[in-house]
Parts: sequence; C-alpha cells; structure tokens
Amino acid sequence: MTTNLAASLYLVSGILFILALRGLSSPETSRRGNLFGILGMALAITVTFLFVDILFSGLLFIICALAIGGSIGSIIAYRVSMTAMPQLIAGFHSFVGLAAVLVALSAFYNPEAFELGTLNNIKTASLIEMSIGASIGAITFTGSVIAFLKLQGLMSGTPITFKGQHFINLLIGIGIISLIIYVTINQSNHIFWILIIISFLIGVLLIIPIGGADMPVVISMLNSYSGWAAAGIGFTLENTALIITGALVGSSGAILSYIMCKGMNRSFFNVILGGFGGTDLTLQKNKSRKPVKSGNAEDAAFLMKNASSVIIVPGYGMAVAQAQHAVREMADSLKKNGVKISYAVHPVAGRMPGHMNVLLAEANVPYDEVFEQENINSDFANTDVAFVIGANDVTNPVAKTDSQSPIYGMPILDVEKAKSVLFVKRSLSPGYAGIDNELFYRENTLMLFSDAKKMTEDIVKNLV
Amino acid sequence: MEVDPFIFRLGIFVLSIFVGYYVVWSVTPSLHTPLMSVTNAISSVIIVGAIIAASSLTSHTDFYLSNILGYAALVLAAINIFGGFLVTQRMLQMYKKKKKEKIK
Repeated sequence: MTTNLAASLYLVSGILFILALRGLSSPETSRRGNLFGILGMALAITVTFLFVDILFSGLLFIICALAIGGSIGSIIAYRVSMTAMPQLIAGFHSFVGLAAVLVALSAFYNPEAFELGTLNNIKTASLIEMSIGASIGAITFTGSVIAFLKLQGLMSGTPITFKGQHFINLLIGIGIISLIIYVTINQSNHIFWILIIISFLIGVLLIIPIGGADMPVVISMLNSYSGWAAAGIGFTLENTALIITGALVGSSGAILSYIMCKGMNRSFFNVILGGFGGTDLTLQKNKSRKPVKSGNAEDAAFLMKNASSVIIVPGYGMAVAQAQHAVREMADSLKKNGVKISYAVHPVAGRMPGHMNVLLAEANVPYDEVFEQENINSDFANTDVAFVIGANDVTNPVAKTDSQSPIYGMPILDVEKAKSVLFVKRSLSPGYAGIDNELFYRENTLMLFSDAKKMTEDIVKNLV
Repeated sequence: MEVDPFIFRLGIFVLSIFVGYYVVWSVTPSLHTPLMSVTNAISSVIIVGAIIAASSLTSHTDFYLSNILGYAALVLAAINIFGGFLVTQRMLQMYKKKKKEKIK
C-alpha cells in the first residue's frame, strides 16, 4: 500500500470517528454512531497491517496480543455494573495514557521504524512531539490511576493537601518544560526517562488534592488529556486518524469539564487547585436545635399516592445504595395510580457527566421522563411532591440566598418550590460542600431517615 | 517555497478541534457517559503506533526493548478498544429497550 493511499484511508477513519460522536446527539442515532466508530477503528487497524512490513511470525504475535487485550476488554465491558462506570472510564483513561507513553518510548528507541530518523539522530520536530505526547500520557496515566482508586473507594475521597503543594506543582511543571527542551536538544534517553517519571509524579500530585464530589471534573479533564496525548503521538507518527481523534477527544473532554464546572459555579482552576469540601463544625452545633419533621415509608406512600405529580431528584446516594431499580418500581406503581412522574437530573449529580442518566436507563426509566435542570426547574412550583433521593447540595436554597456560602451561585434544582418535599437520607449530615441544607428544616419537608434502597422498597410495599 | 507537511497536519489538528467543539456541544447531556466511553475507545486508535512498534525489526540492539514496549501498548489499546466500544454499545442498548417499552 502506498503512503498516500494509507494517509487517505486514515483520513476516512478520522471522519468515521467524527460521525461516531455526531451520532450521540440523540439516543435514536447513537447506536449507528457507535457502529461508525467501530468501522473507523477496524479501517485504521487494517490499513496499518497492510502498510507495515510484518513477518509472518510477527503477525501471529500481534494477533495474539490483540486477542488477549480484546478478551480482557470484552469481559470487563460485560461484567461492569453501571454504578461502577466512573471508575471504569478512569481505568480506561489510564490505559490510553500508558499506551501513549509506551509508543513514544518505543519510537525513541527505534526511530527508523517510524521513519523519524536514526537512533540518537531523531528529527527535532519529532522529538518535541513525542516528548509532549509522552509527558501528557504519563500525567494521564497516574492521574487516572488516582482517580480510579478514589472512585473505587480504595483511597479516601477526602482531599489530600499539604503546605507548598501548588508551589511544588509549579516547580515540577517548569521542570517538565525544561526537560522537554533538554531532550529535544540532547536526545539523552536518561533524560527522556526522567521526563516520564516526573510526569508520572505530577499526575499523582495534581489529582490527590481534589475531593470525591469533584470527580466529574477530574474525569472529564483526564478524558481531555488522553486526547491531547494521542494527538501528540499522532504528530510524531504523522498519522491523520490519530491527530483528528486526539483533537476530538481533547476538545470533548474540555467541554465536559466546562459544563461540570458551570454546574457547580466554580472556576476550573478552583476545582483543580483542590481542597474544597470538609465539614464546618459551627454549623453542626446549630443543627441540633432546629426541629425536623421526619416520617416513615407509610407517610411517604400516602403523600405520593394522593399527589397528581411527583418529580424524582436522584443523586449520588441513589447510585451508592443501588436504589435505581427500586425507584423505577416506585414510579411504576405511582403511575398506575395516575400520578405523573418525571425525573430531574442536575449536571453534576453523580461521579461523572451523565452518570444519573445511565443509571436510570439501566433501571428501564424511559429517557423522555428524565429532564435536565433547565428544562424542569420551572415545573417544581406546580408539583405536589419532590422526592429527593441521595442528592443534597444541588437542592440547597442557600446557593441562591447566602452570598457567604461556599456553594453560592451554584445553579440548583428548585426543589423547595414543590408543595411538599420528601428527603431520603441516612442522617442530617451535610453534603459534600460541608454545609447544612436549610431545606431539611422547612415546614413542607418530610425527612425519611433510612438507606435509600430500603426506604424506596418500603414505600413500594405501602403503595400496593 | 513549499509548505512544510507539518503545517498541513497542524491545520488538520486545529480544524478537528473546531469540529470537535461543535459536534460535542450537540451531544445530548443524557448521553454524556456514553460520550466519554466512546471517546475513550476512539482515542485508542493509538494502537496504530503500537502495531508499528511491535512489528518493526531493525539491526539495532535496542530493537527488542522497542518491540516489547509496542506489544505492551498493543494489549492496553486493545483492552480499551474492545472494552470502550462494547460498554458504549451496552449503555446505548439500554436507551433503546425503554423506547420499545414506551411504544407498547
């Protein structure tokens, strides 16, 4: 196959990837989009096989490696639960990052194979591209590993901060840039390794100060990084498919980070610098004095059965308790009683963008009953019951009233406007932002203290 | 004077960022999780580099190391490609199932 033909076919595969993302604009076209993505990938792999000279034994080894990776990937994809999706995505990002590092290293040691010059005499432009690609790849790798550990609960979600943290990160950042310049000039493989190792280090340092509930931003950001790493390698390999994909993924991750930050009314830097969250002790003291109305499943079932409309507000707590199926059952029995059901999803509900939507989809909730914040917020005022399950900060009216509050200005769901509010929660403990939710003490709020799944199941029993 | 091919690649890169920008804004928020898993799968097109690295043979003594690195990258990328596309398919399938029920 000639170089020109191969390059044209890589371009086609890049276009198929664009169509794959385009398909996600609606659930109807999304599966066709995914098919385009698979086609694009198959094309890119086939072209590569036809383009490079492979010995027969080499081909066998490569197919074995593909089969091993493919089986592991397929098993993971079939076994993973929807609740565990954020950690799965974080894990996958780490693989892209590490693969970028490995390919860059391989190109560094064997530049002839990639037509980048000869050993210790690599083209300057290629050196810059591969060092940038390797460095971003390394940051993506360790950053994603930390994100994975936090999401999987193998590491505490509380921010890890220490004095001088930002200063150290800044120094390392400057160090990385200097090393890239040094590698470009001197082509030392020791320095190339050092570059990769300190990039691994900064990946860890960047993610440890970021708290658990900021994970939607972290995952989106790492998604973006994995794209830029791929693009860097794409430039090195002079491969259009890789450049296009890297740019697509990079901008996709960046947009998602932006949407997530906006959902929390925080700047990107504020999230990245970390250390947000924790409990405010003064608030905890005040709390015990205020009266709270609490009820049981029977009260909740009675209220909702006699309502004409109910809006369900799910949050991360629902995911943790695996309560989505029970919630759907509850909605089904309410619908039989003629109650209108809709779901309100806040952009940052859950641990990754769109997390709640996937969980509800898993529980067979029709997607046209699930609404984004801006489309449903005005409906709360005409709703009899708002059923809040596992959400907290995103419903806190303090975000609108108290300019001193850490969540001030965050767009919230106007749950308080509903005639009555049912709050399923284990205790009165504050949410991630560490502030008290004044909604708990309102006249029209009924607290349902229990595990989300157990409470919902009890309500279902009382509805029959 | 002839334009350096690098500039063409840079052009493709910049234009793709713009394409990505507009395409991703049109993705419906309820499909943001599948968006992440599918972008993850397609960024594993880095497997192209892994195949080149794994298959290349040279007379250099370092060839062995570069090949092993290539194979390792190949396995990782393959996990991502299969895992990413399949898990996306699985999620999108759930969006379909409900639609059917709705029609009934």
